[in-house]
Amino acid sequence: MKDTLEIRWHGRGGQGAKTAALLLADVAFETGKYVQGFPEYGPERMGAPITAYNRISDNQIRLHSNIYEPDYVAVVDETLLESVDVTAGLSEEGGILINSTRTEKEIRPLLNGYKGAVYLIDARGISERTLGKNFPNTPMLSAIVRICEVMDEEDFFGLMLRLYQHKFASKPEVVDGNMEALRQAFKEVRNG
Amino acid sequence: MADFISAKTINEESPWGELTEGLSIYEPGTSAAVMTGEWRTLTPTFVEEKCKQCLLCVPVCPDSAIPVVNKKRLDFDYDHCKGCGICVRSCPFDAITMEGLD
Amino acid sequence: MSKKDRLSGNEAVAIAMRQINPDVMPAFPITPSTEIPQYFCDFVANGKVDTEFIPVESEHSAMSACIGASAAGARVVTATSSCGMAYMWEELHVAASDRLPIVMNLVNRALSGPININADHSDGMGAKDTGWIQFYAENCQEAYDNFIMAYPIAEDKRVHLPMMCCQDGFITSHAVENILLEDDEEVKKFVGEYEPEHYLLKDGEPMAVGPYSVTNYYFEARRAQDEAMSHVPEVAKEVQERFAKTFGRKYDFIEKYRMDDAKYAIVIMGSAAGTMKYYVDRLRDEGEKIGLIKIRMFRPFPAKDVAAALKDVKAVAIMDRAQSFSNAGGPLGVEVTNALFHARSQAQAMDYVYGLGGRDLLEEHARTIMDDLKDIAANGHDDYYRYLGVREA
Repeated sequence: MKDTLEIRWHGRGGQGAKTAALLLADVAFETGKYVQGFPEYGPERMGAPITAYNRISDNQIRLHSNIYEPDYVAVVDETLLESVDVTAGLSEEGGILINSTRTEKEIRPLLNGYKGAVYLIDARGISERTLGKNFPNTPMLSAIVRICEVMDEEDFFGLMLRLYQHKFASKPEVVDGNMEALRQAFKEVRNG
Repeated sequence: MADFISAKTINEESPWGELTEGLSIYEPGTSAAVMTGEWRTLTPTFVEEKCKQCLLCVPVCPDSAIPVVNKKRLDFDYDHCKGCGICVRSCPFDAITMEGLD
Repeated sequence: MSKKDRLSGNEAVAIAMRQINPDVMPAFPITPSTEIPQYFCDFVANGKVDTEFIPVESEHSAMSACIGASAAGARVVTATSSCGMAYMWEELHVAASDRLPIVMNLVNRALSGPININADHSDGMGAKDTGWIQFYAENCQEAYDNFIMAYPIAEDKRVHLPMMCCQDGFITSHAVENILLEDDEEVKKFVGEYEPEHYLLKDGEPMAVGPYSVTNYYFEARRAQDEAMSHVPEVAKEVQERFAKTFGRKYDFIEKYRMDDAKYAIVIMGSAAGTMKYYVDRLRDEGEKIGLIKIRMFRPFPAKDVAAALKDVKAVAIMDRAQSFSNAGGPLGVEVTNALFHARSQAQAMDYVYGLGGRDLLEEHARTIMDDLKDIAANGHDDYYRYLGVREA
């Protein structure tokens, strides 16, 4: 019955969770989908927990509310697991993606009894290797695309290359690093 | 609504449909049509024989009620003079008097 | 040719402004409308428009500069939100009574206090009686389309009134979603050149704007202003028809959704109309005969259209994203029940205050409304309005 894929992002102000949500909307739009990408706004503070959302569908999206029962959740900062109920309303058919070097066994007890799939990715490590800095949102974007199977792998990389070439028109030297971050993340995301 | 409504055709009996939009006025100098001289309680008198035509009184009149023709002032325009008395004070030659002014 | 894109409401409106290329934009930043002048400044700096941007020191000054520029003969644009518009209060009335076709994008946000930056309609509803035309957008497409239709409505000789195009703060203004953009040239052609008859800089016609009006004139001037507002529906209808012919998207003052055999209805404005359509679909799937009426044009209020659309319903829920403190319902509730009374409707009507300060409208709220409507249709009711989504003990 559900024809719309719903994703909720949890991050901290400054980590790019909102940017990741907007990039996912961009890239899904390019594949011909109807999309929404939006943050939940409040007083903006670096480091404070923030939430962002995506809806992706083959049909026009009329719903304009936050997402309370997401199919997938992406956690950009694992320290949020201790303070935010990141699995609230999360579908057990879907899954949660967490930026962490820990194992599922270590993470699972922090998920309030969530029984769905847990995906892990060392987004920080990938980012530091490929970009020289901690921009975890780029690997997270790639990992969520892989998990949700929202588009074909080669379509995704092709479209992201075009988006980055446009976005970084004034500093093309960073395009390769970002593409490499996406590729590594796509490969390295672990199911459990 | 007509394209152009002259201020002269508007008065306090005009129905709402016959006023300009926002009561804008599309002509200059329309206050001349309002006989503000009627508000006057004290009246200045021009004593022509004492006047040297220095014209100091002309620019100080707030109502442009001192007509000047060929560089000479004429008698007051009583249709618009409100009797403020500023001209009386400005005249160095006692050529303007005003009864009742302290 | 329409071009598919994905944009936030603020981006979409800024693009409409660029395409229209107005003469003057005075603006002062306030969340969540700030991005509009911000994007527009880029267009100015990059030579995409030849608009004179005036960075003013307050919203009071912004609207004052709008009035001065518009009276001088310029096509004028601005944007604001919430307390920013509250600070324009005096000037909003002056813009309308001077009959100046200024167009403003109002990005709806709750008014203080308590201070809050999220969406509700307390700013727009507070300005409903300032003499401005008001249209409310459901989504980013409508925010864009309404803006393109605004100048042809506001500048029409039969109207000459300022117009407020409203979109919900953050929900519409900051959410990226699909949109169809039109060609720059097509938009320019649709909007046309602004050619006022009377303006301060007109050669050979010295002019006075906004003269003092004694009791013998004030009432007549205000009566004439109301007459201008009464011409908005005929003009807006023409503009909407031309828009549909040019760009293919059809609009009316109200939108009827699944109303054909509806016994119950929900009247709603803004982004929550889309959300409620989704819930109406769910209720319809369960066999409920419920429909929805979205109000696009709030000023002037399409009272007869609303009454006609509601003529067969047993009960109607009216959704107010603002309070009135009358203890008798919110502003939209008053408009709709007024329309129903004059149409001698027998429908039961319940007003709901919802969504203040950005509170989401949820499916459980739609279900509460459905239950309430069935109950009041069967049993009547004493109360005029209820709250929806507020925490109760």
